[in-house]
Amino acid sequence: MVALEADAGRLDGDRAHLGRNIAILLSVLLLSVAILSLGHGASGVSAWTVLIDWMTGQTVDVTDRVVLFDIRLPRLATGILVGASLAVSGAIMQGLFRNPLADPGLLGVSAGAGLGAIAALVMGGLLPPAVAAAAGWHLVSLSAFFGGWIAMLTLYAISTRQGRTSIATMLLAGIALAAMVGAVSGLIVYRATDDQLRDLTFWGLGSLAGASWTKLAAAAPLMLVALAASPLIARGLDGLALGEAMAAHVGIRVQRVKAAAILTAAGATGAAVAISGGIGFVGIVVPHLLRLVAGPRHRWLLINSALLGATVLVGADMISRTIIAPAELPIGIITAMIGGPFFLWVLLSNRRTLDA
Amino acid sequence: MTIRLTVAALLALATPAAADPHPEAQRILSIGGSVTEIVYALGQQDRLIARDTTSSFPAEAQSLPDVGYMRALSPEGVLSVRPDLILSEDGAGPPETIAVLRQADIPFETIPAGTNADGLAAKIEAVANALGVPDAAKAPVADLRADLAALDASALDGDRKRVLFILSLQGGRVMASGTGTAADAMIRLAKADNAIAAFEGYKPLTDEAITAAAPDVIVMMDRGEATGSHDAAYADLLAMPAISTTPAAKAGAVIRMDGLYLLGFGPRTGQAARDLHRAIYGSGHGGA
Repeated sequence: MVALEADAGRLDGDRAHLGRNIAILLSVLLLSVAILSLGHGASGVSAWTVLIDWMTGQTVDVTDRVVLFDIRLPRLATGILVGASLAVSGAIMQGLFRNPLADPGLLGVSAGAGLGAIAALVMGGLLPPAVAAAAGWHLVSLSAFFGGWIAMLTLYAISTRQGRTSIATMLLAGIALAAMVGAVSGLIVYRATDDQLRDLTFWGLGSLAGASWTKLAAAAPLMLVALAASPLIARGLDGLALGEAMAAHVGIRVQRVKAAAILTAAGATGAAVAISGGIGFVGIVVPHLLRLVAGPRHRWLLINSALLGATVLVGADMISRTIIAPAELPIGIITAMIGGPFFLWVLLSNRRTLDA
Repeated sequence: MTIRLTVAALLALATPAAADPHPEAQRILSIGGSVTEIVYALGQQDRLIARDTTSSFPAEAQSLPDVGYMRALSPEGVLSVRPDLILSEDGAGPPETIAVLRQADIPFETIPAGTNADGLAAKIEAVANALGVPDAAKAPVADLRADLAALDASALDGDRKRVLFILSLQGGRVMASGTGTAADAMIRLAKADNAIAAFEGYKPLTDEAITAAAPDVIVMMDRGEATGSHDAAYADLLAMPAISTTPAAKAGAVIRMDGLYLLGFGPRTGQAARDLHRAIYGSGHGGA
């Protein structure tokens, strides 16, 4: 008994040690990328000169000030939060569905948010003027957010019977729901004008270009709460990896973990998609890479996913802002173009481990 | 229509159009193909320092830095070219970017859209006013009005012809222009009728609707493909069952014109309308 406990303790210690070291490494990486990102941009404004001038009370050119404080800073903060949210949501969903390919899309969040955005872009003009004026140009974000939540809650209600959520039902009902949402989106797209179609295409490719303090103030609280709550369900997700019955036997309140996982992932993803459009790939690949390196325990996986997701997105955004400056390449193209081949390379070089 | 008006009203809220003169501006960013064309037509191109992706005419404009597609502008990208005046066609965005640009204290003038003689004249005058050279608008506006007036004066021998505007032919699917589009406005300027009046905007058309529309002429955009591929495309187009029965196919009446020239609604529109009219009705018309 004693020997067994010591053994278990050591194994556990090994993983935790690795997870912690990776967390430290990723924090340093994130900090470096963030500093680099603040200093680089199409305009060639030096963040440090502006910052020093501003702090020492010298006159700062209004353009330079806007570039640093109203463009790069909110954009950096948005990138960090969105990247972290997408990666953590991905990790949670993969734990919940016990499938490395799961992502928040399975909750209907992405499809619902897409429908919300499309509806706002094409039919925003049908709203009563008072409502439209109050929402202003945040209408698309708001509509995407509520679209995502409505889709998720519907799916949750469909797959929950007598206080028990069936993950299998959720998966299949999600496919049906996505098809229905897709049909409605198609109908609206059919009505759209050429300009609106262009807007829709760009929305689907994702961008942090619309980042502003106002948007961030609206979306950040939800993402922060979801991120802060995620470690609380780490143990529950570890338990679910054994299967629902087994998890219940080892004392995990399965239904509560499921509900918490769904709410957390949907909250974080909904807010992220609402302010940045459709940025794919981060949610699947970041957790997967970390699982390959440090194993499947959720405690460090969730924390490290947040760090790596933020790093990847801030880095990708920096490329998106500068590669064809003064124009900008949508960030979804960058994440897929760099991430896809990299992911493939990781998979192929780990083929033996994966097949075993 | 009400949708469009409300959207326009919303946009107007976000970007109040007040064409203040900026004779001092020497670093001008022009957004929108027609606005850039107008700047050149006014002879003010030396003051341009950047353009957007849709500004592809005249060819010299393409050597200016490109700040991206006009509806997906990046705030830092726009600021990086250090403009002291931004002239923009109606519809530049996203609104988030426009909001940041306003914070940066850069004058931002929105030029109203126009698709008839008065609207186009107002457009050219708005650009000239914003540039602080109102007199420079006189010549291009006079040319434009003269071209369109010549069209109005020209009498048609027979009936007005029915024109089918095909935006694209992807995999044999005809994407045609209904009402309310630039193509529709252009067909009317050229004194012809749009064969498709059943819907608004550009939409895929079923084969039977093409046959029923019975267009006398088909108009398409020239995207600068090699001439050889045109002939092949004509043959393919006219051989399509739905199109082969139309008067246009029987007469071989397919017109191709450069997209920006035909649908840009800038200073060349009067000339383009006359060219289109001539192509539709034969060379004896439109005061050729």
